Amino acid sequence: MASPNPSGGFWHRLANPARFQRLSAWLMPWLVLITLGCFGAGLYYGLYASPIDYQQKDTVRIMYVHVPAAWLAMMSYSTLAISGFVALVWRHPLADVAGAATAPIGAVFTFLALFTGAIWGQPTWGTWWVWDARLTSVLILFFMFLGYIAIRNAFDDQARAGRAASLLAIVGVVILPIIKFSVDWWNTLHQPASVSKLSGSSMDPAMLRPLLIMAVAYMALFGVLLLLRMRLELTRRRVEALQMARAGAATP
Amino acid sequence: MPILDVQDLACRRGGRILFAGLDFSLSEGDAALALGRNGAGKSSLLRVLAGLIPPFTGSIRWNGEDVRREPYEFRSAMRYVGHADGLQTNLTVIQNLHYWAALYRASTSRDALEQALAAVGLDELADLPARMLSAGQRRRLALARPIATQPGGLWLLDEPTVALDRPSIVKIEAAITAFRAGGGIVIASTNAPLTLPNAQEIDVAAAIPSPEDAFGDAFEDALL
Amino acid sequence: MTAFMATLSRDLLIARREGGESLLAVIFFVLGAMLFPLGVGPEGKLLALMAAGVIWVMALLATLLALDRLFQADWRDGTLELMALAPDSLTLVVAAKCLAHWLVTGLPMVIAAPVMALLLNLPPEGWPPLLAALLIGSPALSFIGAICAALIVGARRGGVLMTLLALPLYIPTLIFGAGAVQAAIGGFDPSAHLAALGAITLAAIALCPWAAAAALRQAME
Repeated sequence: MASPNPSGGFWHRLANPARFQRLSAWLMPWLVLITLGCFGAGLYYGLYASPIDYQQKDTVRIMYVHVPAAWLAMMSYSTLAISGFVALVWRHPLADVAGAATAPIGAVFTFLALFTGAIWGQPTWGTWWVWDARLTSVLILFFMFLGYIAIRNAFDDQARAGRAASLLAIVGVVILPIIKFSVDWWNTLHQPASVSKLSGSSMDPAMLRPLLIMAVAYMALFGVLLLLRMRLELTRRRVEALQMARAGAATP
Repeated sequence: MPILDVQDLACRRGGRILFAGLDFSLSEGDAALALGRNGAGKSSLLRVLAGLIPPFTGSIRWNGEDVRREPYEFRSAMRYVGHADGLQTNLTVIQNLHYWAALYRASTSRDALEQALAAVGLDELADLPARMLSAGQRRRLALARPIATQPGGLWLLDEPTVALDRPSIVKIEAAITAFRAGGGIVIASTNAPLTLPNAQEIDVAAAIPSPEDAFGDAFEDALL
Repeated sequence: MTAFMATLSRDLLIARREGGESLLAVIFFVLGAMLFPLGVGPEGKLLALMAAGVIWVMALLATLLALDRLFQADWRDGTLELMALAPDSLTLVVAAKCLAHWLVTGLPMVIAAPVMALLLNLPPEGWPPLLAALLIGSPALSFIGAICAALIVGARRGGVLMTLLALPLYIPTLIFGAGAVQAAIGGFDPSAHLAALGAITLAAIALCPWAAAAALRQAME
């Protein structure tokens, strides 16, 4: 009765962090290479070998660091929500680790988007900040990231913190479009989104190329940071688990 | 044919496997005592059985149905008394009991509630605010809940007799005996003296896997 | 008696027992709004411009004031476990608790709103939409906030965390609630705003108890 049954569901529940560690170790150098290469090429084309804007002059080059940051901010939140969903539904520990690792990266990308946006706004609109729909939405997104990080740090019980944060990320996915809609509705002053109409090529290909290269660079950087943080978190949890097991074995 | 059938149950809390491979089954009128040192997982076992914690592995069947798949019938039959007494201290004794009875779809008539209070010796305190009760009286009020909300088929009692004096323990034992005589099943965890005649013993401590031996290298991963 | 009615009457009974405590939110609502004239000056025109926004912002904050304790007490004393294990769905119990919270804090704020409108010099044409918007929109605040209250059960510094989580989620309610009043003052029809507000409240009533119940269940694991 009392002997553990190693052949049953137990093994099935064993996630494969060990396999993840091996895979990520193999993947890491490639990702670093792509990151460095794309950043080099993207920055060369973006800052040097691309035309200046008819109206905005050289300040348009801020676009190459600003727009991918905003894309990555949204991609980070999607990652957060998807890993939250997987962590809750399938209770996969790797998904929980991925969520924990993504949040600060997402917050930094969102902050970067806001920061470069302000720098871009100053020469273009003559002000650091305007309460237009898109800026406001991104600011709210930033606070959602902060909320996620805060709730992860608010509990002594790691598992509890992970579940609460995962749920918050999912709730955010439902509510973010509503917030976006209401903010758009509240204020529709922003210049029309020229990049989303990109397929019609309202943008010069000479500008589009560095933008896309930079987007790949950002994504690869996101991958590098995510893998690094996940590996770190896994190692930290492993140490903790080993300490726990020792404490458990030592209790009289 | 057992009413409650537990197979290969394991529980993981705070990154630690508390117990694994627990099997037992109980039929009408049966009782079981969860044994084990402090921290072995007696409370967790009861919480897993009640459905508050999902089992790490294994299954719990009630009348042949998996309780996680078909929770309604099981919950209608199951009464759980946890560590916390679940008292709203600003409400009176009888108001507390009234809410529980309503929540569990039992009779909320004053007579029925007072009868349950009498079974734990609290009938004279019915209209006192719960905040005035002593620890033992609070425990007795918590134990009046399963009594007041019968019919139930299964009582899960976590340390039911903690803070109770001898005469109160006798009253609780009498209530449990009456419940079992009517076909009820009782599972209790206890360190304090509690006599359950013919009770099966579940040794939670013995069901703790020894880490590295049982799982080898993979154990660390299992803990994540 | 169903779990819903039982929980509703229990929570209202507790609120009555605790007496003044539930009134604190309304006092905070009025007091906070009083600070704005003191801060920006008593100029009638300026106040009239800000009135709707100030009243709504204070409604948001006042709702949050009592909301972090919505489940905390029940969690600490073990009642929440009993609710979760009852045969009826925890979602219904949570919905009852949200409704009780609204009756105790939201509804009194709607009643106190005319006083605030008076103090803040809200133009008369803004009064009906203000009351309508508060009546329609304030339940959403209780219901949406319940998700956050459920998420922070057992957390350190729950109150501050509650604010950080809930305020972003309150933005749509704020926009349409204050927008309705502004539209009416500007001579437009506020019914589109009120309809959007109604949609938000209905969606919140339908979805939030379910999400909050899920959050509470995982909090008890």
